[in-house]
Amino acid sequence: MASASIPVYNSSNNPLENSSSHNASRESLKMELLADCSLLPGEERIIDKDIIYICPFSGALKGKVFITNYRLYFKSADADPAVTLDVPLGAIGRVEKMGGASSRGENSYGLDITCKDMRNLRFALKQEGHSRRDIFDILFKYAFPLSHGLLLFAYLSQEKFEENGWSVYKPMEEFRRQGLPNDKWRVTFINANYELCDTYPTILVVPFKATEEDLRKVCTFRSRGRIPVLSWIHRENQAVICRCSQPLVGMSGKRNKDDERYLDLIREANGTAKLTIYDARPSVNAVANKATGGGYEGDDAYQNAELVFLDIHNIHVMRESLKKLKDIVYPNVEESHWLSSLESTHWLEHIKLVISGAIQVADKISGGNSVVVHCSDGWDRTAQLTSLAMLMLDSHYRTLRGFQVLLEKEWISFGHKFANRIGHGDKNHADQDRSPIFVQFIDCVWQMTKQFPTAFEFNERLLVTILDHLFSCRFGTFLFNCESARDTNELRSKTVSLWSLVNSDLSFYQNPFYTPESNRVLYPVASMRHLELWVTYYIRWNPRIRQQQQSPVEQRYIELLALRDEYLKKLEELQLSDSSPNSSHLSNSSTPNATSPTQHITHLHTPF
Amino acid sequence: MLSSLGSAGGKSAKPSFVSYVTPEEIKSEKEPSRKEKHPDLLPGEVVFCSASTVLKYTQDDLSQRGVFGALLCTNFRVSFVSDEAPTEETGQLFKNKLYGENDIPLSCVDNIYGGYEDKKKLITGGLVKNKYPSKMIIHCKDLRVFQFSLSFSKEEDAKKIFQGIVHHCLEPKSLRCLFAFSYCENTSYPEVQRKKQTVMFDSVEDWIQDMKRTKGNCRVVSENSNFELSPKLPQFFIVPSNVSDEDLTKYQGKGLPMWCWSHHSGCALFKTASIPLVQEDNVPQTYMEKMLTAVAHNHLYSVKTEDLSDTLPAVQDILLSYNKFKQFFLIDNTTEFWMSDMKWFSSLDNCGWLDIIRQCLQKAVEVVECLEKENTNVLIMEEGGSDLCCVVSSLVQLMLDPYYRTLLGFQSLVQKEWVAGGHAFLDRSNHLHLKDKAESQSPVFLLFLECVWQLQQQHGPAFQFSETYLTVLSDSVHVPVFTTFLFNNDSHRDNILRAESPHTQRSPLNCPTVWDWSVQFDCKAQDLFTNPLYSEKPKQDTSVRKSYRPKHLRQLSLPSSAFKTPPKKGFFKDEADNLKKILGVKRLSRWMLSPSSESPQTSSSVREFYEAWQTKPLDYHGLLLPCLDGPSIRVWMQRYLRWIHDVQILGGGPVAMLSKVSEILGEVQELQRQLDRHGCTLTSNHKGARPRAKTASVIAARSSVRLSSSFPFVTSRNWLFKPAIPTSLLQSLMVTGMAGNLADREDDGGGPESLV
Repeated sequence: MASASIPVYNSSNNPLENSSSHNASRESLKMELLADCSLLPGEERIIDKDIIYICPFSGALKGKVFITNYRLYFKSADADPAVTLDVPLGAIGRVEKMGGASSRGENSYGLDITCKDMRNLRFALKQEGHSRRDIFDILFKYAFPLSHGLLLFAYLSQEKFEENGWSVYKPMEEFRRQGLPNDKWRVTFINANYELCDTYPTILVVPFKATEEDLRKVCTFRSRGRIPVLSWIHRENQAVICRCSQPLVGMSGKRNKDDERYLDLIREANGTAKLTIYDARPSVNAVANKATGGGYEGDDAYQNAELVFLDIHNIHVMRESLKKLKDIVYPNVEESHWLSSLESTHWLEHIKLVISGAIQVADKISGGNSVVVHCSDGWDRTAQLTSLAMLMLDSHYRTLRGFQVLLEKEWISFGHKFANRIGHGDKNHADQDRSPIFVQFIDCVWQMTKQFPTAFEFNERLLVTILDHLFSCRFGTFLFNCESARDTNELRSKTVSLWSLVNSDLSFYQNPFYTPESNRVLYPVASMRHLELWVTYYIRWNPRIRQQQQSPVEQRYIELLALRDEYLKKLEELQLSDSSPNSSHLSNSSTPNATSPTQHITHLHTPF
Repeated sequence: MLSSLGSAGGKSAKPSFVSYVTPEEIKSEKEPSRKEKHPDLLPGEVVFCSASTVLKYTQDDLSQRGVFGALLCTNFRVSFVSDEAPTEETGQLFKNKLYGENDIPLSCVDNIYGGYEDKKKLITGGLVKNKYPSKMIIHCKDLRVFQFSLSFSKEEDAKKIFQGIVHHCLEPKSLRCLFAFSYCENTSYPEVQRKKQTVMFDSVEDWIQDMKRTKGNCRVVSENSNFELSPKLPQFFIVPSNVSDEDLTKYQGKGLPMWCWSHHSGCALFKTASIPLVQEDNVPQTYMEKMLTAVAHNHLYSVKTEDLSDTLPAVQDILLSYNKFKQFFLIDNTTEFWMSDMKWFSSLDNCGWLDIIRQCLQKAVEVVECLEKENTNVLIMEEGGSDLCCVVSSLVQLMLDPYYRTLLGFQSLVQKEWVAGGHAFLDRSNHLHLKDKAESQSPVFLLFLECVWQLQQQHGPAFQFSETYLTVLSDSVHVPVFTTFLFNNDSHRDNILRAESPHTQRSPLNCPTVWDWSVQFDCKAQDLFTNPLYSEKPKQDTSVRKSYRPKHLRQLSLPSSAFKTPPKKGFFKDEADNLKKILGVKRLSRWMLSPSSESPQTSSSVREFYEAWQTKPLDYHGLLLPCLDGPSIRVWMQRYLRWIHDVQILGGGPVAMLSKVSEILGEVQELQRQLDRHGCTLTSNHKGARPRAKTASVIAARSSVRLSSSFPFVTSRNWLFKPAIPTSLLQSLMVTGMAGNLADREDDGGGPESLV
């Protein structure tokens, strides 16, 4: 990162930052062969070059850039403390040449790099002798390996971890945890070869009464064959969250008896009087979709269902919104009328809509009514809504491992198109399929952790790490669009999971304030009054936004915990010596008191 | 009296709302126990009028339900006494002893609206003869909103109570009518032992001590102790040592530099009321020059002046901005609330309140920079010298001097800069509703508390007092019991208290100050005033604990070599030569009006100063600077959102974390006591972690009591376990223009593949 301040998440196991933690003295930096010490197993150096980094905060800095098949690394000894940049090539969205051989002005000839993680980088080179040609070519090739017939770094990495993150999510285990299958819901393997739906996982849970034949029929009436299947079931009231894509109603308003009956089976399963269908889209969009063969569940066709539109906009709107947000926070935070500028990006408004949609889903379920959630294809807004609702309803998903399961299940296995939305290794930066839907979801999670600081076992660091590796291509976790593509590309055998990294150092991602409370439904407040910009993510490159290693509250808490343990130990020692037979003053006042703190230990240790 | 219920019931044969009980039911229920309902009256409190069968709407409830009860107006408050048996709230640890949740102290009433059918009209005194609205809405200065229906009461009663409330809350009155006087006459309020208490700055010793503490070397003036010099001057004050006796009274204190605080380098901060410049009369200018020389003499012959009237918003602008701002929180119904939610950020921006806060903080940082980095004396001035001068000087001291970040230190600071400093609390709050004082009303003190809150948010562990403390302090301004907020200056206070004294002897009336917290809260509640994150400065020598006050911080927090001093323009002009020019210039263009021409230079210098400070390790007991970037200046959630049901985060909010810290802190303190009993001397090798045993602020926040973000102001009783679902979402997203076509597009290029 391009700042003189201490990095936010500075730990030896955070690959994006670890090199900058080598804050050795300036002298030793010059001696040291810079990037060598920090290469990942499988990472190879391609080129290094003297270059000028035009830092928006500290001005032009001379230094050296190293490019490997995984990262761009820059270090300058010009500034004190040294400025380093450590950017995974996967985070690069666009590389452009800036200025020409005849450009005037200082530092006007060089490279302009747009990153996917809310920053831009500018480098200047000497104007003589096409000095940027090699570095531009190399950067372009290795930042976009798929466009050049190369493998993503995840396939080259030789990293080894104690834990195997691929075993975090086992669908059958997760369904069993939810109490499935049962007499109303069954597991089907109809999609074992991705024949029913190529973007769904192999294991699906469907109404017990629906036959395989029914499923095939329903499949024809749902966009891309994404039929309604169970995502989550409420243990007590048996209300379920089902997800799917839009029905193929079309201009003529087609009906499909099988689909209608199938939705009624979902309703019947727990005796819900009226099934609620949440269409994530604004109603106008749902109507417009009829023109392309899609649509929504009409009143007369689905008599026992009520349809609610949640007014969440599509991927294009979200993309533009985040782009605007970047404009007002990078490199400098908009000064005049900050709040109006923030409002004009609509980013938080979109967050509000997504969260309030999820609240409605969770509220319905708590009231014992089953719901079906869909948008157009059921892999963007639908995933946001179901996973957020599940986070509100099920405390298991608020644990460190539970959250991984949630992502693996609702996002990865159900085919959120990570490859298209992020554009891993692809040079086409203007691709209209790209959109920060998953970033938006993580932002929603962050908003929830902010409102309920004791309800989540994981901390902000985990969320930032997830977003860093959403782009980095170091792990296989977020690669490809769906399970069938992952199988074809042997992802799980050839790459490492992000959860291997995380679960090998769980304590780093743990929230000390976590207080487990099962069965508690969390309803965040979806009011602009409580939503805030996630400054420590979106504005983290700005050194002026004070980046504290730990929040002062967290720091104080940990200090006090240590102090308590120290005192307890001391007290124990004292009591031991007191109660020894030759001790002359066995104070009887201390004995009853001594029990209370020891009792405390057990229950207070739980956060750790 | 009995028949009143009958007639009321008849009158409202068709109530337009659903209530818990119908009026008829009340009649039958309540008939046996006919008695005037009263709240527990305070000493000296008298009931003026009352009405029964008034319906108090349960707030934020669109179904228009409510509770019946009696509405009273006393010389202290408007009070609603519910007919329902009071449900003893066990978990209510934060109860104000003077007024309950259904009481509104008269000075706390901000506006009264009459609800006529579907129209809402602002009631101003006078107009109310013979008429009364069916619904009365009261907006309070502590941001509560009450809605009462009068349509079930006897007409006579309804009219009387409405007119009574309007009269006593909105009509001009004399200072002697404020409740404090009858309250104090009727309470034998014990003289508190002032040991280890707030320094009141009402004696010459207090001033000498404070100057010694900061190693200042100015002249203490005690000649005004009986206001012989001037009633406009404080009883005691400190001026540069070069100021002569005759200078003291020249312009009734105008232009006289009053010492605020001395920096360890020797330079000091002074404030003064500026002298209006009369054309062609050079006398004030000569005097000003003399005074500036005196200030400069204090240290190294350097002085910078800053006329705050030129660079900060006027008190009237502050009021205007606040009046817009507060409307966002005075919520009559939830629909309105969610509608306003859409444009929340831009509305906030447009009212300018946060920007005024930012400007004050920025000005304070500029002054800090002069003192800390350049070691020059600073003289801030404004007309009157007791509004923004108080804001800026107090903020400067909070940033530079950790003593003022302790609870007692902060209270002493308010005494020094605001009470003794002659801030016109009475005029600024306009408790008396005097028409000729309407102009001078302005929430300047609140603005100061807002700035303190910002500092506290950004640097929590540096403050011994909590957010709750600040919120309660801001509320207490409107409780007309404390002498702290009732007067305009020292001589005003002295005059009135002497005149009101029941004894003909010389001792003035003995009234509590706001710092006598036990008048409002019991000890347990007061525990919430301390910040569990605060840890005292680690003492090098633990055995010798001389005085309670931490030593004035000695070390330079910033080596001056860290800066290249940029040539500064615009602000803080060097005085020596161009003094005349400055004083000659009438008014420089206001900061607010020309941000583009003025601000870049200064704000970039301030930014540099901040950045240099930021790269150093943070010392909570050293210099503190606020970050002034857009995202860092925020809304004081606890104060403004506490009564709005829909935004309460049930079981969440920052309090969830803080209560865990308090819990552990309590345990650590308990262990400490046990170890002490064992005679174990603790070597506190944990830097600063050892908490002071006295600050045991253990919130009874066991898992049984779920807290909400409105803690401690709203109790769990009001919880509904339904989430608030925002309404009117669709209109919100004005994805028009450019985004319009985007919004219509398909997510993934073409239509669904499986088109049949």
